Amino acid sequence: MTARALAVALAEFRIARRNRWALTAALLMLLFALALTFAGSAPTGTLGVDLLTVSVASMTTLAVYLTPLLALLLSFDAVSGEKERGSLALLLSYRLTRGELLAGKLIAHLAVLAVAMAAGFGAAGLAAAAAGGAGPESVLALARLIGSSILLGATFLAIGYAVSALAGSMAGSAGAAVGVWLVLVVLYDLGLLGAVVADDGGFFTQELFPWLLTLNPADAFRLWNVAASGQMALATGMTSAADALPGGALLASLFLWPVAALGLARLAISRIDP
Amino acid sequence: MADSVLRLDAVGKAYGSRRVLQEVSLAVAPGERVALLGHNGAGKTTLMKLALGLVRADAGTVSVGGAAAGSPAARAAAAYLPEAPAFHPALTGREQLGLFASLAGVPRASAPALLGRVGLAGAADRRIGTWSKGMRQRLGLAQVLLGRPAVALLDEPTSGLDPVSRRELYAIIDELAGEGAAVLIASHALTELEARTDRIAILREGRMAACDRLGRLREAAGLPVRLRVTAAGERASDIQARLGGERLNGASVEILCPPSEKMARLADVAALGALVADLDVVQPDLDDIYRHYSEGAGP
Repeated sequence: MTARALAVALAEFRIARRNRWALTAALLMLLFALALTFAGSAPTGTLGVDLLTVSVASMTTLAVYLTPLLALLLSFDAVSGEKERGSLALLLSYRLTRGELLAGKLIAHLAVLAVAMAAGFGAAGLAAAAAGGAGPESVLALARLIGSSILLGATFLAIGYAVSALAGSMAGSAGAAVGVWLVLVVLYDLGLLGAVVADDGGFFTQELFPWLLTLNPADAFRLWNVAASGQMALATGMTSAADALPGGALLASLFLWPVAALGLARLAISRIDP
Repeated sequence: MADSVLRLDAVGKAYGSRRVLQEVSLAVAPGERVALLGHNGAGKTTLMKLALGLVRADAGTVSVGGAAAGSPAARAAAAYLPEAPAFHPALTGREQLGLFASLAGVPRASAPALLGRVGLAGAADRRIGTWSKGMRQRLGLAQVLLGRPAVALLDEPTSGLDPVSRRELYAIIDELAGEGAAVLIASHALTELEARTDRIAILREGRMAACDRLGRLREAAGLPVRLRVTAAGERASDIQARLGGERLNGASVEILCPPSEKMARLADVAALGALVADLDVVQPDLDDIYRHYSEGAGP
């Protein structure tokens, strides 16, 4: 990593902190996580798992929606905003390469997300453990949740950069970011659900469905977190799809998505006329 | 010029079917200040972006400091002031200039002194969002001064500045050129540029219509000199009858003549003796010369 990329990262981190972005993201995570943990604490008695397990299961569902949203909000104007302000040409007139600019923004935005995830989920997890007990397995599940949320965040940050570079204007990139979120996080699942219902347990449900879940970063995130913990599986009842997959497929999806999305973003930014 | 530090040779650039620059050549020597004139859309900003390596030329070559435009050496040698620069409103002036210093490979500690030099010392720790347009323009100029550039490309540097700030800005540009930087200034503020630049380059529809010293352009254009003769009493019609020309009002007559006939016409005026109360000789200014070359009369 070059000094120039780090200088961009420092400035971006300052901006995120000063715009109260870092604080807003952390508070949002914390509030939702706490609400879900204590509102969703009913099944503990009947299932015989500790409260932290239930809490992590609820927070996983929350993270599927909120993490991509936060990441896209942080990244949608990363390129289009600079271009619209006229500062992109100025930044790139220095010896800063487009890759370094992207890397600098990613470092800062990922740091903001990581702090928000760790603080929000960590505090809610702590509260759940204090109120309803925790075991080594549920603590591990919480750590997995935080770690994989950061990977999911990296994926959507990179998608946001690509959208920002391709859209041309800030308004365009904001609209496109909302579209990406809707498609990848909401509509994709609805489509799959419809197909599964129509298929009624046939080839699609048995063979294709698990792979389609793996291909979507948000679904891969949810499934991996659920399947990794036997107790979580009990609390959510959605492991059959994961059982149909070869070991490591979901984890590979979690790690490959950020790399692929960053490659796309790098390609998109190289095509811009600043 | 062999020692040009900024050099464009037969450069062409098109966006789709729109040809923005064609066969444009320009060489700027160290310490030289060149004004780049042209209507909106004539290709001034594109020319600068080519020199910065931000966009690639379709034809011809561009070099900065002896290196191909866009190469690390060329980028390190060039500084840029974009038209109406905007910075992130959440950063302070010191932080923003500190970022540019890091990008230029200059110690961040040099930022405060530069902010002082452009008159922003008092605002250094306020957010840029609270600044005026003129202050942002000065910050833009401060970042040009980072790391003593060999070439400075300034796009409309005086837009949004009050007259006093403009003078200060030109003083800084003179200093920059005095330290050996080649300065290219794109502007519409013709009257200011007349006295502040060594050479004038005029772009017309993407082609270099003229590029020379002001005096030589004036000569080559052969624009008429205006003699404004004020009559004694109300006898402007008598003067018009003897010299020709055009009546401006009851008291004065304007005569246009080619530069070569100026002295002969002056002798005619002098011969009128007491009929003439006053005489002004008006040379064609940059405004006239610009109009001449930018509207198709030039080569």
